[in-house]
Amino acid sequence: MTLPLFSTTEDPGPDFAGLIRRLKVPGPSPTAATMSAGTAAEDRFRHGTTVAALRYADGVVMAGDRRATEGHAIAHRSMEKVFPADRFSAVAIAGAAGPAVEMVRLFQTQLEHYEKVEGVVLSLEGKANQLSQMVREHLPMAMQGLAVVPLFAGFDLTRGTGRIFTYDVTGGHYEETEYNATGSGGRDARTTIKLGYRVGLARDEAVELSIEALYEAADEDSATGGPDLIRGIYPLVATVTADGFLSVPEDEVAERFAALIERRRAEGRQP
Amino acid sequence: MTMPYYVAPEQVMKDRAEYAQKGIARGRSLVATTYDLGIAIVADNPSRSLHKISEIYDRIAFAGVGKYNEFDQLRVSGIRHADTKGYAYSREDVEARSLANLYAQYLGQVFTHEMKPLEVEILVAELGTELRPPQMYHIAYEGTITDEDRYAVLGGETETIAQRLEQEWTSGWSLADALRSAVGALAGSDRTLGGPDLEVAVLAEGNGRRSFRRLVDGELEALLG
Repeated sequence: MTLPLFSTTEDPGPDFAGLIRRLKVPGPSPTAATMSAGTAAEDRFRHGTTVAALRYADGVVMAGDRRATEGHAIAHRSMEKVFPADRFSAVAIAGAAGPAVEMVRLFQTQLEHYEKVEGVVLSLEGKANQLSQMVREHLPMAMQGLAVVPLFAGFDLTRGTGRIFTYDVTGGHYEETEYNATGSGGRDARTTIKLGYRVGLARDEAVELSIEALYEAADEDSATGGPDLIRGIYPLVATVTADGFLSVPEDEVAERFAALIERRRAEGRQP
Repeated sequence: MTMPYYVAPEQVMKDRAEYAQKGIARGRSLVATTYDLGIAIVADNPSRSLHKISEIYDRIAFAGVGKYNEFDQLRVSGIRHADTKGYAYSREDVEARSLANLYAQYLGQVFTHEMKPLEVEILVAELGTELRPPQMYHIAYEGTITDEDRYAVLGGETETIAQRLEQEWTSGWSLADALRSAVGALAGSDRTLGGPDLEVAVLAEGNGRRSFRRLVDGELEALLG
């Protein structure tokens, strides 16, 4: 490796994605020419699944299950789908696991790179736009069955509130006022949140609701993993507030799932 | 046709070195020192936005003196190098030594081949681990690289500042002691430097993955006492 120096007219500025393109380091989206997946692509690649985000009084909660599938087979039981994007934002992924995880890595580096080069942090809107561009660049792959659909949430320091952005495969991004979920079990998760949601939830209520949403999604969708009590693998839950990104401890998540099942049994409902 | 005058290579190098040294000596100086929990870097710099000290990577910081646009270009290329390497390999593969070598090669090349040498002196500091002591690589305008394990002084009047610091430097001293001595060494006996005249940053454990942190306002004043 040499020192990456550019003439003033070709300087990529604080754009890390632009930098690695110039340095010819492969990014998350291979060019369409390098791969020609058949129509049955979904059977051969790992796919990710249900992720949800909702706003509450202090910020946002984001949660995601842990299962990855290859067609009808379970490929991985403890995949992570919720990541810190930087100190004040989180990104969750659904879709083809390989490019999705790579996209998150590029996105994380992109945000940190900007911050270091420019000496200031990007606005939340700016971060959401950056992710949008990455999803848009991935469109040729999405057309071949390898879609990546992220969910982005963070704490807007200038507005003092949590904000959520959803994406589609074309890179369009849409701000959500309250909550959203994406992935194959997203619909079930969304419905569950809808039934329990109100403005200004407390932290515990919001975490509880996200856990219930994932539980219901896993119940209805074969590609979403529920709490794995035998192996001790639980969905990942994180909050982003004025204090930054914080993972909800695994013990707390485990206890909440146990309590949820217990409560339903006691009420005479099906767990 | 007129023949160009013959100039001995020794003279060319001497002239270039003098030119670079003059440029660097015009600016203000900078001191870096290890302390019990990491590395502190103190620059005589009243600007709040044009930084001399900057974060490169998780455990690596950069500091430069001399011409701002020249060392800032080096700073940005260092961030680019580190981020690209961490992205292509792994975060733990990014280390100060290889970056310092790249800087040294580049400065050396510019010094011998270009019209004008870079009027900068830079420092690449890396926080130590359990296996490795902290490292400070001091790279001069002509590409000379020195590895300091106690303190480093960059800029003009380095000898006087280093002498003042040498008298007080103690292994494993606290951040407050280190800062007071570093500021004292920078200021000398005929002037005093306070918080607003200084740019201070540390590489320290306990800041999470990214160990670089700027010390400003109240926190800095409290440490300076």
